[in-house]
Amino acid sequence: MLNVSLCGIELKNPVIAASGTFGFGEEYNNVFDVSKLGGIATKGLTLNKREGNDGLRIYEAESGIMNSVGLQNPGIEEFIKTELPKMKKFNTVIFANLGGGTIEEYLSGIEKLNNSDIDMIELNISCPNVKAGGMAFGIKSNIAYDVVSRVKEIAKKPIMVKLSPNAENIVDMSEKCCKAGADAISLVNTFKAMAIDIYKRKPVFNNTFAGLSGPAIKPIALRMVYEVSRAVDIPVVGMGGITTWQDAIEFIMAGAEAVQVGTANFIKPDICLDIIDGIKSFMVSENIKNLSEIKGTIRGV
Amino acid sequence: MQYKYERVKIQSNAEVANNIYKLVIECNHEAKPGQFYMLRGWDNELLLGRPISVHDVQDGLTSFLYEVRGKGTKILSTLETGYRIEIFGPHGKGFNTNVKGKVAVVTGGIGIAPMYYTIKALKNAQIDLFAGFRDEVYLIDDLKDFISSSYVATNNGRIGHKGFITDIFNPWEYNLVLCCGPEIMMEKIVRMCRDYKTPVYVSMERHMACGIGACLVCTCKTKDGNKRVCKDGPVFSGEDVFLDA
Repeated sequence: MLNVSLCGIELKNPVIAASGTFGFGEEYNNVFDVSKLGGIATKGLTLNKREGNDGLRIYEAESGIMNSVGLQNPGIEEFIKTELPKMKKFNTVIFANLGGGTIEEYLSGIEKLNNSDIDMIELNISCPNVKAGGMAFGIKSNIAYDVVSRVKEIAKKPIMVKLSPNAENIVDMSEKCCKAGADAISLVNTFKAMAIDIYKRKPVFNNTFAGLSGPAIKPIALRMVYEVSRAVDIPVVGMGGITTWQDAIEFIMAGAEAVQVGTANFIKPDICLDIIDGIKSFMVSENIKNLSEIKGTIRGV
Repeated sequence: MQYKYERVKIQSNAEVANNIYKLVIECNHEAKPGQFYMLRGWDNELLLGRPISVHDVQDGLTSFLYEVRGKGTKILSTLETGYRIEIFGPHGKGFNTNVKGKVAVVTGGIGIAPMYYTIKALKNAQIDLFAGFRDEVYLIDDLKDFISSSYVATNNGRIGHKGFITDIFNPWEYNLVLCCGPEIMMEKIVRMCRDYKTPVYVSMERHMACGIGACLVCTCKTKDGNKRVCKDGPVFSGEDVFLDA
């Protein structure tokens, strides 16, 4: 009853572990059986290995966290060689999250992932922490259109474009990605944010800015998912501060086919299981046979 | 499943020195010296747990010695006996305590916290403790049965040497040095020991989120590239971190 379909790929439930919070699943599998998840979005990958940012990488905000990891990752080839075979042992859908600093980098990454055993690519045009994270591509719709259409020309896997809430116009952005051939859209990545150490009189983060996530952003993320779901006719995967099953149901009612859970994994490592169970109980008590019955049913003014 | 996330009862939580608290919880798994838990003693006030090193394990009780520094440790300090706190762990690689010979344990401030349990576990070694503090001295008396000698320094000279613990540390006497404290102190110790080829192990501290090696927010640079303090550490070879990184 919990199963959902995303671009022809079956997920056993609509809960996906969000990129950057879950590594490649291995560590969390020591805490709970990650095969119970609908899917796992990998740590953001780039063509070449990256060491990530210097200085403080995490800082707690009110009802949220700010991170500045800077896409530390082993590079796509090493991912395919070392991490993917371990991930394939989990019985769950694998979303390879791919970032890039240039269109060429994205294209080379796609080529490598084309022949790998991943299920879907989450095209990250929204990491605020590094130039290579592609947020430059996620601000202006016409630039996003270029990268998504080029990617789609060569991609053999479904492409889910991960949008930044920092986009100039999130609705226009989603429409352009859709027009460029995106198979699905996920949103939102973190909000570009800042904190200051008043005693040192300088920004907390070496990069000045960092990405804000967690419950603090949920209402805004929900609004964006709602708006985008109404604007495009491709599946939308919602995320942004989802911490409870009620949050997940809200996103689904707003129009999300599935949801991603990120920051909440740090609150309680197996919180995704609580969310899955909660969705199931809600469906039983509300006599919902399939999530499509409630998906996108909210219609405001 | 390797790690446990559970709610356990607080047996006691009291201030043992100015701004230094000792939290004792009922916990039936045995951490190793130098390991830590992510502790959460709140619902919505904060999101992340706080990584706190294990101070002692005895008779089904695990204790933590912590300094109140920020909001998390402030809340922790207010929790009362009987409250059920969330713990996740034990995490990380601790100190190897299966060693013989002369061992120096060098600490700065609250860095002494994990060394109580570590020193107790160093059963076959002859241990000298070098402990530096800003002002108030704590825990030294509790350790005297387990060590040969203790040397204390305070910044203001209230007790022991006036100045830094590095002023009075003799690197040439020891087969092994275990270190926990401010990075500037640990780096100095590592540099002092280099000339005598004395191995030094340091316990690193970082802000953390997942605690299990997935999120990469607690990395530290080493000679082998970025390492995760929560999973690959918190104990590392001092040379790998401070000399060759």
